[in-house]
Amino acid sequence: MGKIVAGIGSSHVPSIGRAYDQQKQTDPAWQPLFDGYEPVKRWLAEEVKADVVILVYNDHGTEFFLDCYPTFALGVADSYAVADEGYGKRPLPDFPGDAAFSEHLANHLVADEFDLTLCQEMALDHGFLTAMPLLWDHDDTAWPVKVVPLLVNVIQHPLPTGQRCYKLGEAIRRAVEAYPEDTRVAVVGTGGLSHQLNGERFGHINEEWDKQWLQRIQDEPRELAALSHKEVMTEAGAEGGEVIMWFVMRGAMTERVEEVHRFYYAPMTTGMALLALNNSD
Amino acid sequence: MSDTQERWGIPGTYVFDLALSRQGYAINKMCNSLKFDENREAFKADEEAYMERYGLSEEQKQAVRERDWLRLTQLGGNLFFFLKLGATLGYGLYTIGAQMRGESYEQFMSTRNVPGAT
Repeated sequence: MGKIVAGIGSSHVPSIGRAYDQQKQTDPAWQPLFDGYEPVKRWLAEEVKADVVILVYNDHGTEFFLDCYPTFALGVADSYAVADEGYGKRPLPDFPGDAAFSEHLANHLVADEFDLTLCQEMALDHGFLTAMPLLWDHDDTAWPVKVVPLLVNVIQHPLPTGQRCYKLGEAIRRAVEAYPEDTRVAVVGTGGLSHQLNGERFGHINEEWDKQWLQRIQDEPRELAALSHKEVMTEAGAEGGEVIMWFVMRGAMTERVEEVHRFYYAPMTTGMALLALNNSD
Repeated sequence: MSDTQERWGIPGTYVFDLALSRQGYAINKMCNSLKFDENREAFKADEEAYMERYGLSEEQKQAVRERDWLRLTQLGGNLFFFLKLGATLGYGLYTIGAQMRGESYEQFMSTRNVPGAT
């Protein structure tokens, strides 16, 4: 039977991808970030050994534009291309999917009243790409895990509520546990933490709020998920509203969780965070 | 600030809701087309014709001409899309952001914890 074996929250900032590609791992400004991910990368490789990763992200006009932007969209393919966002395609291998597992998820989630957009093709932009090479080692052609991309609309309001995202996570857990194969599943929620990229308040960042978030999402996720978008954006910035994607991950975990690792770094305009959780129930 | 933005009531912030998205649709559609190199070349060769093709309003065209990123935001432009316009014209994220804050690039960078992490 399927089993959720790890829950990860991670930021997805384009500058991290650039730093990775330009091999700035030992650059003084970037080393703290890369070092911060190392323990989790080791934990995932040596202990978690996931077969499949459900990665929750948002697209930034790469696969979907505003002409038709889904609220929730699930990849159901056997492979996913690395997209060119207009700045050149990143030197990462394309991703293997798991169509049979995706199909199972789609069937269960729709029967569970989550009416997802289902995608046979999905090119993946930095929303998806940023965290992957920091969490799993790859070579020029292959990744050690299969992936299932799950898109959430966090760019055009109305966004789904935090509670809806949390419930989607709970439904994912039920679906995974109903999967007949012995499949080990990691769930990664991306985005945030605080940042604002528009208006006179560009560059707003709230380190205190971010640090509380990393604790509260463990201890009182339902209270956190009940915050309105306005409440979250006032504290965490307009684009910080995307933190709701972490609730999909948290909802997929058990009521109580064990913290494996946490890391926080706010060098420029985004509170860059990593949180690794284990189920404790 | 429009009525819908007053509803959000977050100072210095433009929440990209459906009203703003509808208002800025032509800008964002044009900017998103600039992810392709041939379109970037076409834009650079004749900005006016390119903007006309996407049906930008005169106000929106003027904001593009002036590289006025705050005005473009107020008229419905979304940074995720107009970053591609910025890249076409040689304006990076932090240059755009500093301008929206009413600061020089250097002033803005001096407010950051680790300005080397760009």
